[in-house]
Amino acid sequence: MTGPPSRYAAAITVALLSVPALLPMLSAAAAWLSPATEVWQHQLQHVLPRVAVNTALLLALVGIATAILGTTLAWLVAAHEFPGRGFFSWALLLPLAVPGYVLAVVFAGALDYAGPLQGWLREQLGQGLRLPAIRSLGGAAVVLTLCLYPYVYMLARVAFETAGSRGLEVAQSLGLGRAAAFRKAVLPAARPAIAAGIALVCMETLADFGVVAALNVDTFTTAIYRAWFGMFSISAALQMAAVLALLALGGTWLERMLRGDRGFASDRAGRLDLPRQRLEGASAIAATATALAVLSAAFILPMIQLLHWSVQHAATDLDSRYWAFAGRSVVVAASGALVVVAAALALGYAVRGSTSRWLRGLGRVATIGYAIPGTVLAVGLFAPVSGFNNWLQQQLDSVLGTSAPQLFLQGTLLTMFIAYLARFLAVGSGPVESGLARIHRNLDQAAEILGVRGAARLSRVHLPLLRGSLLAAGVLVFVDLMKELPITLMTRPFGFETLALRVFEMTAEGEWTRAALPSVMIVAVGILPVVLLARRVTHVA
Amino acid sequence: MNFSLSLRGGSAAITLLLAITIAPGVSAETLVVYSARNEQLVKPIFEAYTRETGVDIDFATGDAAMLIERLTAEGRNTPADLLMTVDAGELWNAAERGLLRPVESATLERNIPAYLRDPGNRWFGFSMRARTIAYSTQRVAPTELSTYEALAGPEWKGRLCLRTSKKVYNQSLVATMIAAHGEAKTEQVVRGWVENLATDVFANDTQLLEGIAAGQCDVGIVNSYYYGRILKQRPDFPVKLFWANQGAGGVHVNISGAGVVAHSRKVAAATRFLEWLSTGTAQQHFAAVNMEFPANPAAPIDPLVKSWGDFEPSLINVAEAGRLQPAAVRLMDRAGYR
Repeated sequence: MTGPPSRYAAAITVALLSVPALLPMLSAAAAWLSPATEVWQHQLQHVLPRVAVNTALLLALVGIATAILGTTLAWLVAAHEFPGRGFFSWALLLPLAVPGYVLAVVFAGALDYAGPLQGWLREQLGQGLRLPAIRSLGGAAVVLTLCLYPYVYMLARVAFETAGSRGLEVAQSLGLGRAAAFRKAVLPAARPAIAAGIALVCMETLADFGVVAALNVDTFTTAIYRAWFGMFSISAALQMAAVLALLALGGTWLERMLRGDRGFASDRAGRLDLPRQRLEGASAIAATATALAVLSAAFILPMIQLLHWSVQHAATDLDSRYWAFAGRSVVVAASGALVVVAAALALGYAVRGSTSRWLRGLGRVATIGYAIPGTVLAVGLFAPVSGFNNWLQQQLDSVLGTSAPQLFLQGTLLTMFIAYLARFLAVGSGPVESGLARIHRNLDQAAEILGVRGAARLSRVHLPLLRGSLLAAGVLVFVDLMKELPITLMTRPFGFETLALRVFEMTAEGEWTRAALPSVMIVAVGILPVVLLARRVTHVA
Repeated sequence: MNFSLSLRGGSAAITLLLAITIAPGVSAETLVVYSARNEQLVKPIFEAYTRETGVDIDFATGDAAMLIERLTAEGRNTPADLLMTVDAGELWNAAERGLLRPVESATLERNIPAYLRDPGNRWFGFSMRARTIAYSTQRVAPTELSTYEALAGPEWKGRLCLRTSKKVYNQSLVATMIAAHGEAKTEQVVRGWVENLATDVFANDTQLLEGIAAGQCDVGIVNSYYYGRILKQRPDFPVKLFWANQGAGGVHVNISGAGVVAHSRKVAAATRFLEWLSTGTAQQHFAAVNMEFPANPAAPIDPLVKSWGDFEPSLINVAEAGRLQPAAVRLMDRAGYR
């Protein structure tokens, strides 16, 4: 079906798309040429054993918790009718718009010993009262779960709504009850999507620095920063990041192996409305209460706290510049999302048409940047780009002499977008790939027989089926870019300011309450597209 | 797709890309600063300089470690003229890596005390940040307090709060303790601190101070300006500062400082800016905007900061904090200080 020319095209596409992620990997590999032996010895003896356990525990806790929470909520919303369902169907995505480090700070402020809740409880119940500490591994797991479950929720819901009805129908015709049908038919069909969501959650957890730093949990990532900031060893940091990326690659490979080559594809085009079961009485109340509890903890209560802090500082901090900050955030995040989703689509097709293990492997590598801590990735990418810039400058100087213009490639939007691609291709790829996986090959063959191929096949057959997945990918990348910090910080042109950068300016000296205002605006600006797109995801597929 | 159309589109895109890759701020009257001191603390100062001299200042903020990697990667093509940080260790590191150049200036040498600048004149401190002991006014009498080292004693068991050892301020403190006492004695002290902890270490000084006020612990070690910020909002905050190690080596101070980038093409202009920063009003503002202490002893101190009393600072050169920082980090790891 795929002739030689398209095979080359596929190989070139994958190779090109893996360049951004490979650049920092190359920096890391170069760092391995002179291993920071002294730092490593120390780390192995005093640091790594502890942080390895912490990292593994955190990954397991967050992975399992988001899987359960995300899938349950998606099934609840996709297949049931209960009070508030329409509202929750999009509102449960809102925690995506809140930066994880901001949520962590709100939790620490509210729930720590010195916070209002514990203070009040001590007054009521006596000074000896001790609650489980929020500044702990458990606390970090809770916060990460609350801000990351929407990845699983969103992808699972799209899968349930596009492929679920078929499974449900078949299973019920075989006499299975609704619960059994869900377990035996719907869930397996949605597995690629759920797995893609969990993979994103795990990668983000691996790379997280903000949440674990605010709640003071030592992980592999904090150890990387300690080697870099504390012991002045960027090479040790890059080396550790390379190990982290390899672990993540191993993880995705393992996940593929376990999933095997089972095709979970639907041979039907178009949307099939999943028949929703009306919940009554206690179960209806329980459904609403569950959704409300999650939304309150992850979004409503933290937002009330942030708004309260914002009001305190709005008089001095809020000025007309904020319009520009917000505008720039939106433009950068939206255009970045477009670029990343287009790349994810190209990658998805290139890999889909191929049976080559190499190509598939390289496709994995292209998305590994999401598991590398942002600052390390930014530095790892910045170095080769600057090197290229300096080489180009030399060529220019030798031709034009002193009249040659000064190049500044590394501090431009071009570099910024390449870095975004390196970091966020995984976020775009997850939904796109699971969407493509649900399109049955029979459909391609049918189209082929009818003479519909190439671009026409994409636009007339696949795109209508993929729209839900593409929108999901767009939303996820958009909100991630709204919150993104290290890459923007490192590659922005002078005077280029966004809302996330305002948060950085305020928190750099620990002024957390002043950071609330730009944080609230990130959420406010991020909400509208999330709501619009989330509703469309529900209405198309 | 029409081929010639896509060609035209392609060349237009390339022109656009080239247009945005030309370096900004290369006019003779503009200085470029890479600053780890955050925007709201440096912008007013830069604007004042522009008003007084007509010299524009472009700046990029970021973590010091990141800015240093940026300088390294950009090499001789860097647009930066100055590097500014909030910690001596990073300046020491940048100088060690050849990213800063020595500056010959009688003005700077006169205005900035020797212990607050690089012995090789590659960087200079422009404000002091004092890290000292904070105590609960309800549960501790100041007479019980003396030195950082004494907080390792058994009488403080279960009463001490510390911030994470990941923060550079604690790394600098321990590094200067190594400079004063050697590693063995310092490790003993740090182990004593860890023994005495009332609760897990905090992520920041503000949380720590709130912990003392709420009764989670009785004493802690903090930078004075965090205390000042809380005090401005809540004048009755039940915590006070105690100047540590008076007559015993002095209060540990770090700096916010700057140096001229090795590959700067505007060394003279950059030096003039640093000289201006070391004098009267600039000094006063640079420190007061964050309730720090001016590096120039002649500059007036913010009234609220002044009200906490005079102190004798540690005169160990702040460069030592950088030189011994990796050793300090390793020591804290060994001692179980997270």
